[in-house]
Amino acid sequence: MAELHDDALMVKIRGLCFAHGARTIFDGVDIDIPRGKITAIMGPSGTGKTTLLKIIGGQLAPLAGSVLVEGEDIHHVSRDNLYRLRKRMSLLFQTGALFTDLTVFENVAFPLREHTRLPESMLRDLVLMKLQVVGLRGARDLMPTELSGGMARRVALARAIALDPAMIMYDEPFTGQDPITVGVIMQLIRMLNDALGLTSIIVSHDVHELSQISDYMYMMAAGKIVGHGTPQELGHSGSEWIRQFMGGLPDGPVPFHYPATDYAQDLLAGVSAR
Amino acid sequence: MIDWFQKLGSSSLALFERLGRGGLFLMRVFSAIPSLVSRPRLVIIQLYSVGVLSMMLIVISGLNVGMVLGLQGYNTLVDFGAEESLGQVVALSLVRELGPVVAALLFAGRAGSALTAEIGLMKATEQLSGMEMMAVDPMKRVIAPRFIAAVISMPLLATMFSAMGILGGYFVGVGLLGVDSGAFWSQMQGKVDFYEDIMNGLVKSIVFGFVAAWIAVFEGYDAAPTTEGVSRATTRTVVHTAFAVLGLDFILTALMFGSV
Repeated sequence: MAELHDDALMVKIRGLCFAHGARTIFDGVDIDIPRGKITAIMGPSGTGKTTLLKIIGGQLAPLAGSVLVEGEDIHHVSRDNLYRLRKRMSLLFQTGALFTDLTVFENVAFPLREHTRLPESMLRDLVLMKLQVVGLRGARDLMPTELSGGMARRVALARAIALDPAMIMYDEPFTGQDPITVGVIMQLIRMLNDALGLTSIIVSHDVHELSQISDYMYMMAAGKIVGHGTPQELGHSGSEWIRQFMGGLPDGPVPFHYPATDYAQDLLAGVSAR
Repeated sequence: MIDWFQKLGSSSLALFERLGRGGLFLMRVFSAIPSLVSRPRLVIIQLYSVGVLSMMLIVISGLNVGMVLGLQGYNTLVDFGAEESLGQVVALSLVRELGPVVAALLFAGRAGSALTAEIGLMKATEQLSGMEMMAVDPMKRVIAPRFIAAVISMPLLATMFSAMGILGGYFVGVGLLGVDSGAFWSQMQGKVDFYEDIMNGLVKSIVFGFVAAWIAVFEGYDAAPTTEGVSRATTRTVVHTAFAVLGLDFILTALMFGSV
């Protein structure tokens, strides 16, 4: 991506380093998230994609590097400012993270009740409008346990847009969904992004779906960005790693086997111990 | 041998680290409490699930314990011809000791474990995390109301336990065993001191309620976000509350009633 002016960036990550205990997750990662676009961050399981979203949301602090959200370093702002920034962003959890003791309606109403003092009738209209967008106005009285996985994610999406955020982060939105639901969620992400002028970040490993709806893609492996570009550019990339990932090949630069001692020696060790 | 020392060292360190985390957590709960003044509804909802729903257990247990006390007390006292003192024996045992202690143990089993499991599961299913991302502080919205509700409920439940126990003792002593009703009540009235006995018992139940509430919400918040983590945290709540209550009971009793 050509270097964008800071005003055109919703999120700007520079030199990000992070570790879970002794395991390095990020080692000098630079990412730009442009405003108004859908940016995908891809990588195999365990590359810390969810961690990245939590770092952008200020829930986890990096060991080094900076994360600027709307020009403010989210890890060095006061608690009040952090909460002010969080009202401008939403994170759609993989599980939906709906409140299981509240109905669908109350789940969507939750952020409105917490942050606004709207009269009940206006609140009702707003909630129904958000539910209408995701097609679940009729499910308003159901409890989260009565919803399918796809419906739960759509309710979570309605809740995520309740406060009209500037940015939505999607954590693995397609995982474990049937093809129809995947289609519905893809359409919703694109539609919400364009209609509401949002900025969207999707972390996922569903190459096919992401290629269709993303404007720009980043590929992560072993704590680093190994490639980025538009879906077309990545599709024709010369990098072996990107080819393996995009093509879904079982072996390549990312090995099939978890690191282990030599196979034959391992088996023989069992024989000599007998 | 060195291994043994290493294990002792690491488990002591872990214990103190946990105590420190618990202390810091309590400070955060305290700082979240003032926000509840403008939202009393959050506390009232929790008062219902923590306090009101525990009432049945407390009432029935209190009644039973009082009935047993009446029976045992009578059998002992009658040998000395002192069965008129039954009212005093039952009331003192209950308001000084059994009320606060047994109510706290029952409270830990009924409400404490439920609080831990609820908060732990909210953490495991990312509901607390989701709340934070919606710029809602879980300390203010989830933890503080539950903590305050438990602190308020415990002394009330302990008082109820004692009252029901006295009633149970009365039914058995006066109703079944023929102790004189007037003697039962007048002995109680004469020998149970409001400050010395009732207030001290109340102070105990307040302290136990505070400790039980702290342990329950902390264990839930600190639980590993897995099925096993929540189950272990729930068990820890009951076990640690029992130890804390029984340990503190001795200390408080020594301070209040004894010259140890």
